[in-house]
Order: sequence, then C-alpha cells, then structure tokens
Amino acid sequence: MGKTIVIQPVTRIEGHAKITIQLDDAGNVNRARVNVIELRGFERFCIGRPVEDMPRITPRICGVCPWSHHLAAAKACDAVFGVEPPPAGAKLRELCNSIAYMEEHILHFYFLAGADFLLGPDADYSVRNVIGVLQAAPEVARRVVRVRHMCAKMLEVLAGKPIHPQAAVPGGFSKPLAKDERDHLRKMADEALELAKFSIAFAKENVFPKYLDVVKSLGVITSGFIGTVKANGALNLYDGKLRLMASDGSFEDFPYDRYTEFIGEHIEPWSYLKFPYAKKRGAFALEDNAPGLYRANTLARLNVCDFIDTPLAQAELEEFRRNFGRPAQLTLLYHWARLIELLYNAENAIRLLDDPDITSLETRVKVTPRAARGVGCTEAPRGTLIHDYETDAEGMITNMNLIVGTTHNNAPINLSVTQAAKSLIHDGKYDQGILNTVEMTIRAYDPCFSCATHRLDGKLSVKLDILDAKGSLLDSLAN
Amino acid sequence: MAARLAEEWFAICGGCEVTILDIGEPLLDLLEKVQIVHMPVLMDHKLYGQTGEKAEMEIPEAEVGLVSGGIRSDEHKHLAQEMRKKCQTLIALGSCACYGGIPALANLCSTEELLTKVYRESVTTDKNGFPHEEVPTLTDRVYALSEVVKVDLMLPGCPTTPEMVAGALTALLEGRPFPLSTKSVCDECPTIREKKAVSALRRRLEPPEFTPGAPLNQMRCFIEQGFLCNGPATRSGCGGSDGTPRCIRAYMPCEGCFGPLSEKANPMVDMMGALSSVGLDPKQISDRAASFNRFSGAGRLRPVPKR
Repeated sequence: MGKTIVIQPVTRIEGHAKITIQLDDAGNVNRARVNVIELRGFERFCIGRPVEDMPRITPRICGVCPWSHHLAAAKACDAVFGVEPPPAGAKLRELCNSIAYMEEHILHFYFLAGADFLLGPDADYSVRNVIGVLQAAPEVARRVVRVRHMCAKMLEVLAGKPIHPQAAVPGGFSKPLAKDERDHLRKMADEALELAKFSIAFAKENVFPKYLDVVKSLGVITSGFIGTVKANGALNLYDGKLRLMASDGSFEDFPYDRYTEFIGEHIEPWSYLKFPYAKKRGAFALEDNAPGLYRANTLARLNVCDFIDTPLAQAELEEFRRNFGRPAQLTLLYHWARLIELLYNAENAIRLLDDPDITSLETRVKVTPRAARGVGCTEAPRGTLIHDYETDAEGMITNMNLIVGTTHNNAPINLSVTQAAKSLIHDGKYDQGILNTVEMTIRAYDPCFSCATHRLDGKLSVKLDILDAKGSLLDSLAN
Repeated sequence: MAARLAEEWFAICGGCEVTILDIGEPLLDLLEKVQIVHMPVLMDHKLYGQTGEKAEMEIPEAEVGLVSGGIRSDEHKHLAQEMRKKCQTLIALGSCACYGGIPALANLCSTEELLTKVYRESVTTDKNGFPHEEVPTLTDRVYALSEVVKVDLMLPGCPTTPEMVAGALTALLEGRPFPLSTKSVCDECPTIREKKAVSALRRRLEPPEFTPGAPLNQMRCFIEQGFLCNGPATRSGCGGSDGTPRCIRAYMPCEGCFGPLSEKANPMVDMMGALSSVGLDPKQISDRAASFNRFSGAGRLRPVPKR
C-alpha cells in the first residue's frame, strides 16, 4: 500500500472534517474518505428537559442555521401539544426562515466558496479566502458584507436575537411585529432582493461560464434527491410534504411524520456521521447511483419541486432546467441552485411582509402538556431537517431523534470526493491546488458538520458492555 | 505591522464565528489591522501542512488567539495546548469555551449512556457497527478551555456579541484592558420589578402579560409574573450597544447564556435566592440543575446517580 494523504481540517466549511486519501503503490488513488471528527450528543442530553425548552436548546446544534433547528423544534412542539399556531405566528416563523436563508446563502457563496471561483482553485492558500475576495473585488465585497449584516439586523428586529433565537415558541411566535417595524423591514427586504438579483446575474456572467468544464467534470455522481414541496408541488422551505425522488426522476410523496418508513441510517466505522439512505429501495451501498443513494440541499430541492411560486425565481428555474434537465445531477450546480434559492427567499420575504396577517397581534396560542410524539420538519439550508420528540404526561422529553440536512449528503459527499480524487491525482503527483480542488467538491454541498454531529458518536476511551434487562451481555465495545 | 490572529474551534456550533461577521462593515477596517494566519472557517491553512506533509499538527505563531467551543476530544485538548503555546494572548470566545455551554449539558450523563442512545436506541439507525477508525477519542466530559490551559480573556455569550468581539480586539491591539461587566442581566433589564411575585411559578406554555408595541419598561418582570428567568444569576452585556437584554426584546425570559456573574459564582444558589426573595418556591422547578446551569456545565454539572 502506498502513502496516505490527510487534508485536515477541511476548510471554509462549517464544523470539523478531514479527508483521508490512500494511494496505491503506483501513486494512484485507492480510496478516499471524508472523516467527520466532531461530536456532541444532543439526542441524549435533551432527555429529561421540558419540551418547551427544545426551541431554545437545539439551535445550538448549529450557529449558521440556528433558525432551521429553532423552527423544526417549534413545529415538533406544536405536534406534541396538538396545536396549530395562528396565521401570524406561522407567517412570522416563515419570514424569519427566509431572511435567515438569505443570510446563510450569501455567507456561503461569497464568504466560504466564492474564493475558489473569484481567485481560482490554484491561488495560494494565503489569499484564497474572503480577505482575498475583499481585495480582488472591493465594491462587491463591501455590498455583500453590508447586506448580509442587514439580514442579521432584520432578524434582530423580528426576534431580538439573530443567532440562537428565542421567539418561535410552542404554539406560535412570542413577539408580534409592529407596523412601523414592518415598514422598516420592507425597505431592507427590497435591498436584499436587489443583491439577490445582482448575485445570480453576476454569477451567470462571470463565474459559471468560466468554470463550465469544472462544473461538468468535478465530483460528478448520479443520485436521487429529497426535499419539501407544498401540496401543489411548489418549492417550500418552511412546511409541506416530503418528496423522495429516484435518479430517473420518478418520486414518492409522504407526510414528514412518516419519515421512518422511508429513511434508514447506516454506520461506517471511519466516520462519526451516519449515512442515511432510501431504505425502501434496498440495503445501503456506498456506490455511485446505488438505488438508495439520494442527496439533499439546494440542488435537491430545485429538482424535486414542480415549480417555484415567485416569478423571478421561477424564471431562473426554467432557464436552469432548460440547461441541465430535471433532475440535474452535476454537483457544482449546487452553487447555481443556491443563488436561485436566494432570489426565491428575497421574493418570499417581501410577499410575507406585504401580507396583512403579518402584523396581527395574535401570534401564539396557549399549550398544555401531554404524553405524545411530535415530528417537526423544515428545509434547512443544508437539507431536510427532522426533529422527532416523545414526551411524558408532564411534557418532559423521553426520547428524541434528529436527522439533519448535511447527514443526508454524507454518502454523496464521500462519493464526490472519491470521484474528484481519482480523476485529479495520478502517479503520486498532487499539489495544494489539486487538493483544494478536491475540497471544492465538499464545499459545493455547503456541509455543516456541526449540525450533522449533534450526536455524540465517539470513539470509546473505555470499554462499554451492553447488557439486556436481565444483565446478560449483548455486546461489548472497546477501542 | 499587522497583528497575527489564529482561531480554532472545538465542540462548537459556529455561531460565535458568524458573530464575528456580524460586526458588519467595521469588520473591514478591523481586518486591515490583523493578519489571519489560521482560521479553518474562513481560510485554508492546514494543520498537517498544505499538502499533508507534516507529521505533527502545527498552528503558526500569533499575537492573538481565539478559541471557541468546549473540549470534547483528545484532539481538542492537544490543539488547545498548541494554541496556548503559539499565541501571546489567548481568548475564550463564547460561553462554550468559557463555561462549556449547551454541549456541557452532556455532563449530566455518562459517555456510555450517550453512546448507547445514539448507536443502539435511535429509531432510524441500523445497529450495524460503531465508528472507531481515523476518528479522535472522546474526553470523559466536556471541559471549559480554562480547565485545560491558561486563558487571558473570556468573552461569554451564546453567541457572544459583535460589539464585544470588536471591542475586545480593538482594546487588545491598542494595549488596553477589556474588563467584563460585573452587573447582572436584571441590572440592565427595563421591566418593572416590585419585589413580589403576582403568580405562582408556571412553565413557558403561555405568553407573559405585555402590551404589544408598548415600551418594555411598562412590562412586569418575568420572574414576578411566575416565569423562570435566569437574569438574576447571569452576567450582563448581551444587549450590546442597545443595552436591553436580547431575549427580553422578544418578550422571552433570559436563558442565562452569558454565564455566571463571576468565576466563583454558584448560579444554583443565586437563582434559588432570587426566586425565594419574591415569594416563589424554586423546588417547583423539576429540572433545576440543567435550568440554572444551562450554559455553565463544565465543572458544575455531573452525572445524576441512578436510583
């Protein structure tokens, strides 16, 4: 066996991962793996806590998409308590979701991934970052910094706190929106829409044409897709039904509280992160175009939806489908899809701010504890997010299961990285530019390994014996 | 010459890093005064060298070091020591690095319980194995940064505030001290307090009394309305330039995310006292340890003995 290349940490992503590439004696890639090396343990330490605390605790799974966890938790609480929020409560939640999406998509495209395209994958690592972007395109960068910050300010007006918010509560939203606040936000939303329009036009002119060959070759795999659509098939990021699409474009729709019938999670010994798969289509296999393989996040959502119900984003979707078909498979198209979603969220935020319900004073209903199970689901920027809670009669958590956006993409990310490594590294020859290009396939998926490893999936520093109720040894685990 | 800055993150969510970006346009001026030499979230410096050629993990020397997140694995511990060795001034960024934060709620149970839950009891998971190759080993519990290495400055908060990060970095670059507030959240909270509860303790299953649109100084204190609020035992500063505590602005009680009033404070004792002093019975709160030490579990929470 030849040498092993370790790229650690994978950078300009959220959370901790490394890439381990094993070469054979001839210096060609034998195997490439993305090892996820972070761990925390929310599903265990939330047990015993009051269920109404979940929208406050679980956003700490991710500081980049705290709103997704906040809202999935609030929706799971609604289900546990058996209530529907008043229209203003639901619309304020969705408005915050769209603003948070804009902030996150701007962050990813310009601050994290953008440097690879604006400065080039081979640029020196010391300048291939947002500071380098600032120097290369100061006008664009300043505008982007301002609008992203403005989105955070909008969330502050709506919810007091943009990161790790508190305002979504079981039964609705804690803070009604005042009319003068709405008017203030409406002007800011216009500016965000202008940046969204600029971003996709800029990328279609200056970025995508230049990198079309890379888009067509780097990290390419074939898979199915998962995402949320409304009853009429329109894209939705806050609520709807789940749609699981096969790689041939056929699909099945189901209410999200039936996810356990459709999704299984496999464990590999070399990553803390589990590997979800579409279990009705057979056993898990880490292979390109495996029947159970599917992807989540921007490209997946645009593939599964029948249309987008805002005009500018719909026009972009039509152009996208004319170019790349449905489902589109090229991995780097995640970036393009991300900019279409940015546009949709700007349009959706304006639509919600113009809705007369948004300033209603009735934002919340009272809830009463009961023993129940409740599932909450939203589309996080990184993919379909499922919170599943069980409570006792006092409303204390007795069981919890979470499947987060990035986790769905674990197998696809590994397959894309393997494809990229095999196509770029030959005869033992590689440099920092080549290794960064391999990392670019990961960045396309905009993974959040903090989210994905909310679990505590750790290597044991002790021996663990698993006993059944009678005390007989079922299994023994040790490092 | 620009001051060199290194950043590492351990058991994190990334919220404190986003907070740095939330400084907004003033960040652009600040960036001209520092040179980032290591920061995984924003730039591509690699621990084993740019092509993985080094045998040991290495962080470049820097005048200022930032660390977010608590210590949860042997690798975190090693990198914390490397950061200490290479950085002249080491800053604990956010409540996880300062006090363990939310992930330190895991200190209420054993590692074995956590693992059993995840690999043997999760409804969607195939019980087909256990990760053990090419991944770091867990520590026995979550540690705050200061339990592992000497820390020069703590910037608490979950997340911390843009004002605090910008203020601390600017003070450091100008050679000035950056003292933390010694007040409590209540000292900066505008709600009305009359030292007497008007309701028995109740869970946050119903809204508090308030007039939408009216200033917060016309609203009665959450605790006096019977809702648990960690304000009395929590350090102030979350409100930034506005001053009003962040959660209060959303008509929500303080969660306690800025951590205890001082390093030696016992939030459990402080909260029991605060509730009793307005005539409430803290024993009615069933989840006291986790509620009062929500962000300060490193060194303050330990596994609950089984009956």
